[in-house]
Parts: sequence; C-alpha cells; structure tokens
Amino acid sequence: MISKDFIGLELEPFTTTVEAGRLRFFARATGQSDPVYSDTDAARSAGYRGLPVPPTFLFGLELDAPDPFALYEKMGVDLGRILHGEQRFEYLEPACAGDTLTFVTRVNDIFDKKGGALDFIVQETVITNQYDVHVANLRRVFVVRN
Amino acid sequence: MPPLTTAPISRATLALFAGASGDPNPIHIDIDFAKKAGMDDVFAHGMLVMAYVGRALTDWIPQSSLKNFGVRFTSITNVRDAITCTGAIVEKDAEQKRIRVEVQATNQDGDVKLAGDAVFEID
Repeated sequence: MISKDFIGLELEPFTTTVEAGRLRFFARATGQSDPVYSDTDAARSAGYRGLPVPPTFLFGLELDAPDPFALYEKMGVDLGRILHGEQRFEYLEPACAGDTLTFVTRVNDIFDKKGGALDFIVQETVITNQYDVHVANLRRVFVVRN
Repeated sequence: MPPLTTAPISRATLALFAGASGDPNPIHIDIDFAKKAGMDDVFAHGMLVMAYVGRALTDWIPQSSLKNFGVRFTSITNVRDAITCTGAIVEKDAEQKRIRVEVQATNQDGDVKLAGDAVFEID
C-alpha cells in the first residue's frame, strides 16, 4: 500500500529543449515515414515552425529529468512492478523542435484495488513553453503489481 | 480510420524506442532486470503501441487538428507481437467539425493491447 501522503505532491519542475535530432530518431524508431516529422522543409510547408512533436512524444520527454523514477523509490515501489495503465494527452498549442518546455507534475490520486494486489498512481502534468504559453496537459495512471 | 499494421515488434525496436522516447526503464530492454522482476522476458512499452496508434491517426487526419488522445492499456505487448491499430468515428457535431474517434490496438491473435479515443477539431 502506497502512502496517501503523496497525494497532492508536486514534483520539481523540469525544463528541456526539444531537439530535432531526437524527433528524427523517434520517427525512425516508431516507423514514421511521413516527412513532416523528420524533414524541416516539409514541416515548414505544413505550417510548423520546425519539426512538430508527434502525439505521444511529450510523455517520454519528461523522463529526461534527473532521476525520473525517484518518486517511485520514495513510495517504496519497485520499478520492475510498474505497468502503464492509462495515458491521455490534451493538446492546446503545437510544440516543435527548438521549443523549451517546462513540465510540472502533480500526484493527483493514489488508491488500490483487489484487496491491495494492485496500487494505482494518478499524475497530471502541465506543460508550458518558452513564451509561457500552455502547450499541453497530460494524465497518466501507473499500476503497481504487488 | 485506415487500419495500420506493424511488423512483429523486435528487441531492436524496443532498444531504439527506449532511446528515442527517453524511457530508460530496463523492464523493456534488459532481460536480466525483467526476469528479476518476475517476468519471463522484456515486454514492449505501452507508449510504443500508443505511438503506433498516433501514426494511424495522423496518417488519416493532420495532427494540427488533434485536440485530445487517450488510452487504457489493457494487456502487455510482448516481443514479436505485431500490432494492428483501428479507429472508428463515434461522435460528430452537426457541422462535422469536431469528431471523436474510438481507437484500439490488437495483436496478431486479436488480443486487445489498448483502447481509447481521440478528438479532432477540423477547420
């Protein structure tokens, strides 16, 4: 059972710059052949400032933070027992290569099911860019197999 | 939505996706770690399967119209699973500008790996 004292905890904000090379790598790794995601000229022709961040990329970008799993260690949760239960993205403004994004994540809820066999950790993340524009909201649910 | 089917997911794909997405969790790439955690093998990132669904969505309608995308991961995706992503419009407003699409990803045996939806607002 994870302590409910973690509910409401806000993690250290994390700021990082989206790199074109990383976006190209992500396109290759996910079998994405649409040139808009890897060719800057194609991206600009489509109206983007630079290579666009594809729909699921923002989840992983936050893991560039120093010690991204520190929270789970503090909770007493073994990384090997975590499953990704749910993930949602709400897109407010486009994000592109060259943007500097700030992630602020909050633990929203902790609960268990099946008599404690499964713990659930709900977190929400607000992402803003270098212009202080609200770019996206993310919600993730991690499930811990006890 | 035109369906998208991938090749069987290889260990190489998991290694590349770990690097490209930024997810360092060894459960997806280190078989020693996976076995110590009680699994038989490494397994795929749910986010890799979600990325495949993302591709299917943006192949169909440009990402600039995508406003919301969320899924529930319903079962673990294993090495060598080949993923098929499907989607169907379940809601559209009177002006056909806002549509909600229910999406699903299954493997070669029809096991559902994720289910969710996406909302587009088309100018």
